[in-house]
Amino acid sequence: MAGVQVSNVSRSFGAHKALDDVSIDFADGGFYALLGPSGSGKTTLLRQIAGFDFPDSGRIAIGGESVERVPVEKRRIGMVFQNYALFPNMSVADNVAFGLSVRGEAKAVIATEVQRALALVQLGKLGGRRPHQLSGGQRQRVALARAIVTKPRVLLLDEPLGALDKALRVDMQIELKRIQREIGITTIFVTHDQEEALTMSDRIGILRDGRLVQEGPPEEIYNRPKSEFAATFLGDANIFRGDTTGNGIRLADGTAIAAGAGATLAAGAKASCAVRPERIRIATDAGAPDGNANILKGQVSKRIFAGNNSTYFVERAGQTLKVIVQNTGMERLAEGQDVVLRWSPESTVLIAAN
Amino acid sequence: MATTRILEWLGRLYILLLLAFLYLPIIIMALMSFNVSPFYQLPFEWTTEWYASLWQNDQLIAATWNSVEIAVITTVICVVLGSAASLALYRYEFRGKKFLQALLFPPIAIPWLITGTAMLIFFFGVGIGRGLHAILLGHVALALPYVIVVVSARLQTFAPELEEAARSLGANQWQVTRRVTLPWIMPGVIAGGLFAFAVSFDQFVVSYFLATPGQTTLPVEIYAAIRKGFTPEINAVSTIIIVVSMALMLLTARFFKFGGEK
Repeated sequence: MAGVQVSNVSRSFGAHKALDDVSIDFADGGFYALLGPSGSGKTTLLRQIAGFDFPDSGRIAIGGESVERVPVEKRRIGMVFQNYALFPNMSVADNVAFGLSVRGEAKAVIATEVQRALALVQLGKLGGRRPHQLSGGQRQRVALARAIVTKPRVLLLDEPLGALDKALRVDMQIELKRIQREIGITTIFVTHDQEEALTMSDRIGILRDGRLVQEGPPEEIYNRPKSEFAATFLGDANIFRGDTTGNGIRLADGTAIAAGAGATLAAGAKASCAVRPERIRIATDAGAPDGNANILKGQVSKRIFAGNNSTYFVERAGQTLKVIVQNTGMERLAEGQDVVLRWSPESTVLIAAN
Repeated sequence: MATTRILEWLGRLYILLLLAFLYLPIIIMALMSFNVSPFYQLPFEWTTEWYASLWQNDQLIAATWNSVEIAVITTVICVVLGSAASLALYRYEFRGKKFLQALLFPPIAIPWLITGTAMLIFFFGVGIGRGLHAILLGHVALALPYVIVVVSARLQTFAPELEEAARSLGANQWQVTRRVTLPWIMPGVIAGGLFAFAVSFDQFVVSYFLATPGQTTLPVEIYAAIRKGFTPEINAVSTIIIVVSMALMLLTARFFKFGGEK
């Protein structure tokens, strides 16, 4: 096991800068998600760490050892591919045995290790099957067993759950996390699914256009996004834009929004405030006055029922705001109704304009 | 109901006619190789005389062996070179790759008569001359594009992540090729090999140009024999070849699904 340090890595393909001066420290034994839209460079970064491609500049170290010019077969990594990439001409056991076998391990050792790896992913009895006889979830487990049986220093996962249906994906998230904890391997996980990143990882790195936008534990990024992009890409957010007043912003129509968190900015600069839809309370009247709460008036334009919660779209000064309300049996608000939105400054994050 | 039955019946008739069209001449030839009359005369009288006299025909036997030898060597060379070339075309990007791939097709389309003439003149000019070695060289040149085209088609269905997965598990280039890529393209390699064998073994035109009088291949020898006067020995040798090659084909079809998913 080992940590991975990526320092000032850049990689261009022709005129396109796929990675632009990216530095991330992946701690030993951590579970790290690289999150970003397609084309953000997250897969390129994973391929640099794996060794399928080399950076134009910068340094990559695994366990303190520089590897940026070492080809993939010498890096001692384990990788799980998006489409599993199981060898179709081999049985499940032979797939898992491949890494040990090319290394020239003794037959008896291979058999023991393969059985142990298959047991770890709960496929102990399926060694004799062919990949095409397995379900998607089972293939996923075989790919995982194959990647970890060689005891790699780091485990790289490229959108490993993307091809599974929703229910199976949730099962596999829990399973993957359990296995990762059990063997304590440094894991780097590429995904475009924010929910997956939030639920599984210890830390998240958000990438956009080849740059690292923000990096930290899921809760920190969710509660304290440093950019509009981070706020809207990880979770949903209502964004207000205006001029800073020191502890919030003033909108174009003069309304002040107080922020209890985020950047410290010089008054007068352009800035935004982000607030999560579930932090806003919606009501038909203003209720009891509350000294410092942010209050806005608007009109419900649409309600989307989603079982345990409902999303209200509220029109206000040309902007559509989202409010998520738990369905606890309270009266529902009709479309077209005038409403008052209220939320605390502590739920509001001040963000420097990008 | 009635229409369906008529259609079904017509379908069967069509298949029957098709098979007759394909196999009737061959079957008649095979039968005549067992007929006493050398002039296709009936009634049919059973004999194995022509097979016995074939055994005595040293020229025909020598030509048959030449053909087999050349076809086998051509197949081996074409399969090795062709598969390697296909892999290189699949794996690497280089200048002029598209042009090179396009150049593979004209040799398949150019009439063999023209290729044969060109080879004769060229081989004469550079001192290769004529003979079995020249025939072998010519056959390899003719068959190689077939192998590359067939193996490349199979490679189009190969998922490049499989090679990447193998490398991530520590396999070097040779191990990746031998244990992952080759097993996948094997049906293509076998099919390509059969093509190469057929192109060489059936080859008349190019062989005719490049053969020397004493040293020749079976098709050329048969042609020469027919010109001198037809003998049922030709029927006999043809029948043997048909049986052997059909058996080979059926065996291969039994063990490999060409181009199919495994």
